[in-house]
Amino acid sequence: MATVFIPALLRKLTGGKDRTSATGATLRELINDLDRQFPGFRDRVVEHGDLAGSVAVSINGEVITGGLAEPVPTDSEIHFVPAIAGG
Amino acid sequence: MEAQPEHKFKVIGTRPIRHDGVDKVTGRARYGADISLPGMLHAKVLRSPHAHARIKAIDASVARALSGVKAVITGADFPDVPPEMVQIGENFVNARNLSMNIMARDKVLYDGHAVAAVAATSPHIAEEAVKLIKVEYEVLPHVQNVLAAMKDDASVLHPDLRTGGTAEKSDKQTNVANQVRFARGDLEAGFAAAEVIAEREFNTAMVHQGYIEPHNAVAQYNQDGRSTIWVSTQGSFAIRELCGHILQMNRGDIKVVPAEIGGGFGGKTTVYLEPLALLLSKKTGRPVKMVMTRNEVLRATGPTSGSHIRVKVGANKEGKITAAQVWMAYEAGAYPGSPIAVGCMTVLAPYDIDNLQIDGFDVVLNKPKTAAYRAPGATNAAFATETVVDEIVEKLGIDPLEFRRINGAKEGTAQPAGPQFRRIGNLETVEAIKNSPHYQSPLQKSHDGKLRGRGVASGFWINAGFQSSAIVSINTDGTANVVTGSPDIGGTRASCAMIAAEVLGLKAEEVHPVVADTESIGHTDTTGGSRVTFATGYAVYEAAQDAVNQLKQRAATLWKAKPDDVVYQDGVVSCTTNGHESMTLRELAGRLPRAGGPVTGRASMTPRGVGPAFTTHVVDVEVDAETGKVDILRYTAAQDVGKAVHPSYVEGQIQGGVSQGVGWALNEEYYYDENGLMRNTGFLDYRMPTTLDLPMIETILVEVANPGHPIGIRGVGEVPIVPPPAAIANAIYRAVGVRMTELPMSPPKVCKAIAEKR
Amino acid sequence: MATQEAKFKVIGTRPIRHDGVDKVTGRARYGADINLPGLLHGKVLRSPHAHARIKSIDVSAAAALPGVKAVITSADFPKLKSGVVPLGELAMNPLYMSMNLLAHDKVLYDGHAVAAVAATSPHIAEEAVKLIKVEYEVLPHVQDVRSAMKEDAPILLPDVRTSGAPEKSDKQTNIASQVRFARGDLDVGFKAADIVVEREFNTAMVHQGYIEPHNAVAQYNADGQATIWTSTQGAFTARDQCGLVLGIPASSIKVVPAEIGGGFGGKIPIYLEPLALLLSKKSGKPVKLVMSRGEVLRATGPTPGSHIRVKMGANKAGKITAAQVWMAYEAGAFPGSPVGAGCMTILAPYDLENLQIDGFDVLVNKPKTAAYRAPGATNAAMGAETVIDELAEKLGIDPLEFRRINGAKEGTAQPAGPKYLRIGYLETVEAAKNSAHYKSPLPKVSGKLVGRGVASGFWFNAGFQSSATVNINTDGTANVVTGSPDIGGSRASCAMIAAEVLGLKAEEVHPVVADTESIGHTDMTGGSRVTFATGYAVYEAAQDAVNQLKQRAATLWKAKPEEVVFQDGVVSRTTNGQESMSLKELAGKLPRAGGPVGGRASVNPRGVGPAFATHVVDVAVDPETGKVDILRYTATQDVGKAVHPSYVEGQMQGAVAQGVGWALNEEYFYDEKGTLRNAGFLDYRVPTCLDLPMIETILIEVPNPGHPIGIRGVGEVPIVPPPAAIANAIYRAVGVRMTELPMSPPKVAKAVLEKK
Repeated sequence: MATVFIPALLRKLTGGKDRTSATGATLRELINDLDRQFPGFRDRVVEHGDLAGSVAVSINGEVITGGLAEPVPTDSEIHFVPAIAGG
Repeated sequence: MEAQPEHKFKVIGTRPIRHDGVDKVTGRARYGADISLPGMLHAKVLRSPHAHARIKAIDASVARALSGVKAVITGADFPDVPPEMVQIGENFVNARNLSMNIMARDKVLYDGHAVAAVAATSPHIAEEAVKLIKVEYEVLPHVQNVLAAMKDDASVLHPDLRTGGTAEKSDKQTNVANQVRFARGDLEAGFAAAEVIAEREFNTAMVHQGYIEPHNAVAQYNQDGRSTIWVSTQGSFAIRELCGHILQMNRGDIKVVPAEIGGGFGGKTTVYLEPLALLLSKKTGRPVKMVMTRNEVLRATGPTSGSHIRVKVGANKEGKITAAQVWMAYEAGAYPGSPIAVGCMTVLAPYDIDNLQIDGFDVVLNKPKTAAYRAPGATNAAFATETVVDEIVEKLGIDPLEFRRINGAKEGTAQPAGPQFRRIGNLETVEAIKNSPHYQSPLQKSHDGKLRGRGVASGFWINAGFQSSAIVSINTDGTANVVTGSPDIGGTRASCAMIAAEVLGLKAEEVHPVVADTESIGHTDTTGGSRVTFATGYAVYEAAQDAVNQLKQRAATLWKAKPDDVVYQDGVVSCTTNGHESMTLRELAGRLPRAGGPVTGRASMTPRGVGPAFTTHVVDVEVDAETGKVDILRYTAAQDVGKAVHPSYVEGQIQGGVSQGVGWALNEEYYYDENGLMRNTGFLDYRMPTTLDLPMIETILVEVANPGHPIGIRGVGEVPIVPPPAAIANAIYRAVGVRMTELPMSPPKVCKAIAEKR
Repeated sequence: MATQEAKFKVIGTRPIRHDGVDKVTGRARYGADINLPGLLHGKVLRSPHAHARIKSIDVSAAAALPGVKAVITSADFPKLKSGVVPLGELAMNPLYMSMNLLAHDKVLYDGHAVAAVAATSPHIAEEAVKLIKVEYEVLPHVQDVRSAMKEDAPILLPDVRTSGAPEKSDKQTNIASQVRFARGDLDVGFKAADIVVEREFNTAMVHQGYIEPHNAVAQYNADGQATIWTSTQGAFTARDQCGLVLGIPASSIKVVPAEIGGGFGGKIPIYLEPLALLLSKKSGKPVKLVMSRGEVLRATGPTPGSHIRVKMGANKAGKITAAQVWMAYEAGAFPGSPVGAGCMTILAPYDLENLQIDGFDVLVNKPKTAAYRAPGATNAAMGAETVIDELAEKLGIDPLEFRRINGAKEGTAQPAGPKYLRIGYLETVEAAKNSAHYKSPLPKVSGKLVGRGVASGFWFNAGFQSSATVNINTDGTANVVTGSPDIGGSRASCAMIAAEVLGLKAEEVHPVVADTESIGHTDMTGGSRVTFATGYAVYEAAQDAVNQLKQRAATLWKAKPEEVVFQDGVVSRTTNGQESMSLKELAGKLPRAGGPVGGRASVNPRGVGPAFATHVVDVAVDPETGKVDILRYTATQDVGKAVHPSYVEGQMQGAVAQGVGWALNEEYFYDEKGTLRNAGFLDYRVPTCLDLPMIETILIEVPNPGHPIGIRGVGEVPIVPPPAAIANAIYRAVGVRMTELPMSPPKVAKAVLEKK
């Protein structure tokens, strides 16, 4: 069971809930579970089969590089954050 | 892969002369504009004189007829680019928008927007020809202020634009390209629990990176479809990607050779001239060179956003922040893509806050498309937060540094965006300033009655990781070469060479760093996000380890031993078994031909474990109440630099960042007239600080090793630009008692504020 | 290791070379195209004497000429100790290199460099060179090997003693070294012979005749770091040599190899590079040096003239019973002729029980010789192959049949000792025998006498060190970086090898020849080694990339790397095979699959496969003038595996063309003063297309068991047989055995006359 923090602008989907529990061995499975719990969730973070360009995912404090195939350890803390670069 | 802070380094932490130093001081370094090829043509760009207009017709016949003119291109010559998102590092760029930004199609969206380009046998003929192009415009109403642009009745730049991001999908025409929100806890409860609340509105002006070297590009298109581009860029691979998408060419057929670069600061991470030069070369069959004037650089390249920010912060008697609310709108320029998301992620990042809400808006308006600028989006955000924090501090009568100690983020603190910080050095920088000679010393009285004040501010920057490749090859004399694909904008040749030297047990001077073209090194993302010494340095570290392993094998072959019986330390291989022989790297290098051949190490990676950067600054200012002129008397910056590979260059980065921050704070701004035309398109009127405007900037390097890097490295280049405007504003307040809420805090504004207070 | 029946998709095809457009459009940047801000131009003062002591050099007038920025003489070189140091697989004597670059106390040949000037324009530099006053004491010179070997011959280098001599001696001598290969019992062998043939041969010194003269641009930086742009066959070799002669660390020099307009072995040594570097150091400005054709012929490295005696006996059955060879090669002014190679190649095509080969490396007052395509083998073959032809003729055996009887095969011991692995010599003999050419009757030419000759040739080929990197582009194409200057189409062959491994088209792979700082150490391009050894490194580097690609795909699929297979540019998953991705797709996903992919390899491969060739030629001889015309020429060769057949054929045709020039026209002509009299392409005549028919080629592919793709070097061996084949054809035409090269009209006419 991973703890997922819901991006503020997606909390309409979760009825205001700012965090939830979800299961999945990979990020793909986890997002599918979130979409089961909160229909429409996937479309907001996934674009043509990959993580949406504007979205990065932090698992246990580390922004991951594995895309949807990224393994999700049990009991991880997961955040959806904006993807950024810098100067 | 845990960092060992107590590890004894031999090269890292020393201060050797940079490898590219002599080339640069003797004028031998070859910059983009130094490239010259046989039969080369020179090209100039025709730019829009309007802030917003429809292009009804372009007649280039007269220009084409001018003798010496070889080709003229307009938007019609560019292929239609699908609005696909091109991944540049972790950043996604809309190729279609980019294509329209480098050459207007049906509309011009800002003063300076490219409309046509001419290639001719000399720059002068090209200039002549550009004047001969007739363009018929239908001028449209323009909008250049974020708040105005967000109104429902605002003039719309892109009819097809809809608010994106994770916002709810809507089908209304709008200038709001993107919306971000971070929220947690309960705001009302938080503010209810507050003893004091401060709330203010801020406006910051659009400013430019002001790199000395203007943009340039030389392109050569070959009949076989292969082409080469020589260019001053922070990301040769990115140039290749973007040109490939804009011109619908195979990226693999484009070779980009990064020239020496005269400053980038984020502004040289995208394309402006490259696709034009390439297209002109294709049309003419000859190499084409383009170099911008300063006027073009300011009008038509990517400055950083002006912004409107509202910040409300509450705190209790103990000085604990109980709630914070931020609303911020950033100028994207003519196309979506301001650093609003980062602004939201950084604006409250130095603090541990239970109840917060941050709303951010990315707004298109009739100004040049913004580009990255050193910690993009963080400086103007910090200007707002840190002055409001300073006001709270004042109301509570707490020392501003003590207040930051109470509220400062530390390991385990949840960022506004959610994730928890790992080991960070925020509080250490606060402590370092508190104990600094500067902060300990009393503020000197002014002899001529001018008013003086001292201000402090903190800053945060995320830093980036992304993809890097490196090759480390051993020379026959036992020295080494390090090849990377990261253009050196901040002394990274030196840091990469030093990392390899550390691993190989060589002197820094014995390692030769090379920045290679896109065909000579594996994919490497753009130099930006303070990533190179961290990520490319990481690849260099791994490549050097790869070389060391091969050296052990070679030695094992010579000694008929097992590779695991061979140890490598400080440039000496020795055998733990038969006879305990040993050899220096130099000796081994000479014997490689008979030991299995030469040794080349390589690594390509996307490192994780990026370590964010924190910094705290203190500044003393003197304000002339008559003229409103602000002088910087003393400035000290303390920063968590993880591990300083080359302390001198880290200090240089800090001093450079502060200087730019001072310019942003006191002088720099894009000035547009009522017609939406930029009026200060040169360094005389767009005034950047000179050595006369700055004292020696003191630096304190705090080394809190990044646990995610084998050497503990954190990015250092960007965060030092974040605190200066806020620190100076706070100092001005302590001097003259007025809270400045606009950037730049130029003499007229300061003067006016003082007058209003009286 | 070689997979003979492996089905190749790219290897064996004929794509357009990657550097083609650049070359035909004039965009390729050759050494002389390099220009830098503030560039100075240098010129070299050269000796007018074949042998003289330098009593004094006065450069004051030259240095005073406005526009002159620097003048150097050998006094500006560091003092070096004599002694041989290894350079990769080569051995060099830095002192002699330094003495050859700028004469020290003596000039040793016409054209020997004495001083160099850098000025703001080439014309001023030329002026200044004329203003340098050199006082010479002319010494007696010697230019013929046998005279040079005499006790009383003028001595070139007082410190030279014969290395490898049977007994140590402390006598001054011009014989720098001596080699001997012997086995079996000569007397017994010759006794067993029913017929013995013995002849003496003289061959002239000839030049490679590359079209692009030597050039170098050097820039010395105040921090001791230097860059050299030069036309060279070995950027690393040039760097190491410059480091040695200038006494500075090789790694402080970066050598950028320019596009090269022909080398053939002649661009392995350095001539201008250290001079340009010293002039740049003195003047503080970049300096450019470009030779004239006259300088190239007088002062670079031709291949030796030689004197060779061959004695062979055979029995009625046509089996060679014994062979004895004595050969002396001109080293030029400093030790180092390819006489060793000559000794090892001269009898290599044959299986011999009783043999003795003696070789001598002899100093003469001519330019220091350098490598030239199969160095030492061509003049050697001229000796052996004409004697073989005579034996065959006297025994009434077809010359190809004679070779079939005596030919070396797998397991045959080479003259030098080692046994051959799988080789394709007999296959080339067979191919010549069955060729349309050999089967067809001799053509008739009115007023001329026609004849057909055959000859065989052998070359070792080299291995040596090579490095390569293979990087995957974001669009799924690839770049191949090597350190091997491309003198024979090796960009194409390296790209094709990578394309084969990665399942890409040849056009989808971009080959790059990098400078000495951008790629791992790579020995010079020579010994027909690049497609073999550098190609080997490219093969390994591409495999390295493939393994990384599998790992990346495994990451994406949450699979184990070993569950992923890569074939024809597609990764797929063995377990539940429905998952598969093209390289293009995978390349796009790399950013989120662990990052970019770059493969690398540095190798020093063994398993070098030697090359054999057998040639057939028809000639027409004009008995009045002695002019020889080539009517038809067919070359068969064991090429191992032809990566790009067109370029292999090109190599064979080019080498035959050079061999024809060597056979019929080319020679260094010195007058009695020892001055070269034909220092230009008008008088030093290399064949033009008017002198040559279309050269037919037959590629025989006997895969080299020591290479994963079966590759053998192909570039050198085809120059070996032509002079002998033509001499044999001339004999069949006019009945005279030519024993001198070149077989120019006067010599042929004279021989024909003497016979009458």
